[in-house]
Amino acid sequence: MGNVQRIFYYHVPSAWTAFLLFFINFVCSVQYLVRQDKVADTIANWVVILLGVATCVAAFVIRPLPDGIEPSSVATTGLAILGVYFLIKRYCSGKSTDALAVVTAEVGVIFCTVVLVTGPLWARPVWGIWWTWDVRLTSTLVLWLIYISYLMLRQFSTSGQTPVLAAALAIFGALDVPLVYFSIWIFRTQHPQPVIGGGGSIDPRMLHVLLINWLAFLCFAGLICRSRYRLEILQREVEEVQALEGLHELRSSR
Amino acid sequence: MNFLYAAYTATWVIHITYLGILVRRYQRLQHEIEVLKKAGSST
Repeated sequence: MGNVQRIFYYHVPSAWTAFLLFFINFVCSVQYLVRQDKVADTIANWVVILLGVATCVAAFVIRPLPDGIEPSSVATTGLAILGVYFLIKRYCSGKSTDALAVVTAEVGVIFCTVVLVTGPLWARPVWGIWWTWDVRLTSTLVLWLIYISYLMLRQFSTSGQTPVLAAALAIFGALDVPLVYFSIWIFRTQHPQPVIGGGGSIDPRMLHVLLINWLAFLCFAGLICRSRYRLEILQREVEEVQALEGLHELRSSR
Repeated sequence: MNFLYAAYTATWVIHITYLGILVRRYQRLQHEIEVLKKAGSST
């Protein structure tokens, strides 16, 4: 494969970072919806707790797991879902949950764009084609399109119900993430099989570089999300002041 | 090797373009805040 293989160090961490951001967007969207009703909020809390516990138990009970998937990694994923949900619930209010959802969707789309651009650049010299409509590639494109439509809805809709509609769309969008991730386990695809946790193997030196790169991408994504979040909050405050100014002018003209 | 450079360049271009968009949004917001401050001080 030669030097082209090095695209892997950009492509894979970008994909993982995008998935993580879409997952946070999903959690924020769920919380934004359920917080509008106390009963729904309580039910959602219990569902998440049960889901976390059931994942941990199932990881050690269900046999056989797909090749290369360790019970401990499944259990850790279950606990991580539980942790992220309650961390966001504890530290974000209703409005900031919505703001965080917008931010993670936008930054996630940027990383997903990197995945969709670097993938064909790797495929052309290795497969001899830029693109093929196999499940992994198509589902990633669909994921990107769903989040593009989410951002367009946010940008152009002026309805007061926009956050609710966007949250519902984000939940449907996030359902595509597991399909993208597990498509190479479930279907026969042209996309290479997973090199981590999928029965494949990777040289430990390559794995170190990959993980360091992912850490760098995570830090970069965190920094961008932080400044984008501040921008979003500031923008909302300015819009509120502008609306109040408009009301004030209307009253004084009467 | 050309594809590798193309992929690296594309990644950097995407991220830098997005950062540029963020900077422009900040500047626009800063301008709106200035306008609001002026409007507030004149009333």
